[in-house]
Amino acid sequence: MALIKRVPIKPEFNIVGLRRLTIGFSIALALLSVVLFAVQGLNFGVDFRGGILMEVRTKAETADIADFRDRLNDLNLGDVTIQRFGEPDTVLINIQEQEGGTEAQAAAIERVKATLDEVVESYRRTEFVGPKVGEELKQAGILATALALAAMAVYIWFRFEWQFAVAGLLALIHDVLATIGFFALTQLEFNLGTVAAVLTIAGYSINDTVVIFDRVRETMRRYKRKAMPELLNMAVNSTLTRTVLTSGTTLIALIALAIFGGAVIRSFTWGLIWGVMIGTFSSVGLAVPLLMFLGVKPSTMSTGEESEKEAAERAAGKASV
Amino acid sequence: MLQIPRWQTALIVLVLLIGVAFASPNLISRQATDNIPDWLPNQQINLGLDLQGGSYLLLEVQTEAVIEEQLDNLVDEIRVQLRGERIGYRNLGVEDGAATFTLRDPTQAATVEELISDIGGQLQVSVGEDGKASVRYADTAVQERISNAVQQSIEIIRRRIDETGVREPTIQRQGERRVVVQLPGIDNPERMKEILGKTARLTFRLVDEDVSPQSSRIPPGSEVLPSDDETPEGTPQRRHVVRKRVMVSGENLTDAQPTFQQGQPVVSFSFDTVGAKRFADVTKNNVNHAFAIVLDGKVISAPVIREPILGGNGVISGNFTVQGANDLALLLRAGALPAPLKILEERTVGPGLGADSVRAGEFASVLALVAVIVFMAVAYGLFGILADVALVANLILIMGALSGLQATLTLPGIAGIVLTLGMAVDANVLIFERIREEAGNFRGPVSAVDAGYRRALTTIFDANITTLIAAVLLFYFGSGPVKGFAVTLAIGLVTSMFTAIMVTRLLVAGWLRRRRPQALPI
Repeated sequence: MALIKRVPIKPEFNIVGLRRLTIGFSIALALLSVVLFAVQGLNFGVDFRGGILMEVRTKAETADIADFRDRLNDLNLGDVTIQRFGEPDTVLINIQEQEGGTEAQAAAIERVKATLDEVVESYRRTEFVGPKVGEELKQAGILATALALAAMAVYIWFRFEWQFAVAGLLALIHDVLATIGFFALTQLEFNLGTVAAVLTIAGYSINDTVVIFDRVRETMRRYKRKAMPELLNMAVNSTLTRTVLTSGTTLIALIALAIFGGAVIRSFTWGLIWGVMIGTFSSVGLAVPLLMFLGVKPSTMSTGEESEKEAAERAAGKASV
Repeated sequence: MLQIPRWQTALIVLVLLIGVAFASPNLISRQATDNIPDWLPNQQINLGLDLQGGSYLLLEVQTEAVIEEQLDNLVDEIRVQLRGERIGYRNLGVEDGAATFTLRDPTQAATVEELISDIGGQLQVSVGEDGKASVRYADTAVQERISNAVQQSIEIIRRRIDETGVREPTIQRQGERRVVVQLPGIDNPERMKEILGKTARLTFRLVDEDVSPQSSRIPPGSEVLPSDDETPEGTPQRRHVVRKRVMVSGENLTDAQPTFQQGQPVVSFSFDTVGAKRFADVTKNNVNHAFAIVLDGKVISAPVIREPILGGNGVISGNFTVQGANDLALLLRAGALPAPLKILEERTVGPGLGADSVRAGEFASVLALVAVIVFMAVAYGLFGILADVALVANLILIMGALSGLQATLTLPGIAGIVLTLGMAVDANVLIFERIREEAGNFRGPVSAVDAGYRRALTTIFDANITTLIAAVLLFYFGSGPVKGFAVTLAIGLVTSMFTAIMVTRLLVAGWLRRRRPQALPI
């Protein structure tokens, strides 16, 4: 009755044998992302760019974007972008920061409202972010990401060996780059929520990586005589079902959110969906094979107390209800 | 591992019951929660401004103005002191954050240093051999001044907002000079911004009638100020020459109310005893002369004194609208800000979008929950259903924790819950896969389940702690809605570890004891 019965407990894919391919793919993806970021740049939202953002619902069932453009162009507010947002009657207006401090922003918002009064039913959202704050938010975002990566690497170093920390960190950097590349390619809005998405992806990816690393360590302790590729393959394969299932349930939940969760967090959710896929891939295809290149061998592993204790327990056959 | 002591079972059940108790007020309407007795949990989840609608303002106290004013006052004080002792000086002014002047006779340096130190307020005086003197406040004094100004600003902001009748505003200091103001339910903050944007420093001063505003020779004790009313082109209607000396200031007001005089909106005010006496003295001595009522550097009106005003009451009549008179009265009652405020960030969400977001978030969460539940049941059969029980328990615990801690739930916070739903079953998948593996190693069901739970434990901890690190950093560096995401993610991680490990273990152990199966269904 349970479908899992049909899934082999220990699949035998030679994933580590494909390491040149998977690592090559990761490097290509990371490089491509950097190039995309350099060429296309990110579509920074009002959080980081500064300026004014307004989300309005029109009286008409379908908003007349051209009419909006005409009305707002007459106000001479500088750079203005107008786009449909989610529903056909919802419009998002981005206006650059106005010169002349607080009053100028308030005045610009007032003028826009006066101009649009005839066609707009309600103002759903009005945001203004000063350039100073935008710059600070950007810096805080970069700092938070860097600190999070460093803290996770330190934790892994503390719990495993240094090679695991380096491999995990490289996989994390890969995930962050690939996510930035995704946002550069799609030109989805990059805002505060996106930074949260990037950090969550990092957290999710490292979670995945740690589960596999844990099994790598255990396998290495148990089979001291086997060759590294074989050991790593064993570890990846015995956690593979879990890796796929967990990504599966998380993706199911996120897709529900992306489709039905509303337009406000849509770019956030798509970032997460991409990140979960990339994070899963990088754990298996990048972090694990990297361990080999970093020179992890069964002989370098300390014989943890854990395994000895477990061996003793197993010998005694101690386990009861 | 499967021998669960009675006290542990009791504890697990107790935690779940507490979770249910804290989560349950969310099932009834907000009004009905008032009927819950105080000793029971009666708080609902606190919705962020992005979900309930409202306005968020980040203000910065322009403390430069305070420092400047402090230096200007210092210059005045130095002038008075030097003149009083008949010490010659020139070029008295402000330069690089210090009051500077040059002594005509450098040998008077020691006398001057002593004289100025006596002014007080942690002054640092240095006089060079060439007679060049500079006087500055110690850094600690400046810091204290800034800190006081921000503290005082928060107090005034609070009073002004309270006067407007907004319900449940939050006003918090952020960092050294910033103030966060959150106004639930306000979807058009323009009036609020106008009220907070005014320093509202009111002074009563005499008009200098000896010179005309066009004159190029304005005496040092006077200044030219624009009138408050503007022409359609945005330039002031009139200019007035006003003496710098303040007769009475807004600090001496005890009350201000909007009212009508000859059909025009005006603001009536009352002075305290000190103010009333000063005002009486000045008006007695200046009958038939004009005085100016100045608000934030603009002249509201400049009436001529017909007779001494002795009662300490008066009326300000300007070119007011009803709203304008209301706002001015409000500002005068709440008091002047020590420094102007600048709005750095504003986020306003209308009630429509908030309600839509709640609806969309709820729908997506339920859908995600159902999808994950079906997935787990199909994949793992009975064990999957046990994990689903734990998943629902997890959701209840998250709701209970959010209500009990009165953490704020935001739209990204809902996303955090949905994400946790997907990730929460991870621990169970880990455990179940481990059990499958151990059962494959020719262990009996009991032994396999036991080993499965035991071995998966460290992995689950390591994996979740790394994610928790990300959540904590997000909370620390994030702002507003993003903080809400970090909160639900962190709460979800902790509760999911509890439900996925403790609750399912209790269920699985119970099942094993009752059925004593020969083989596991996974």
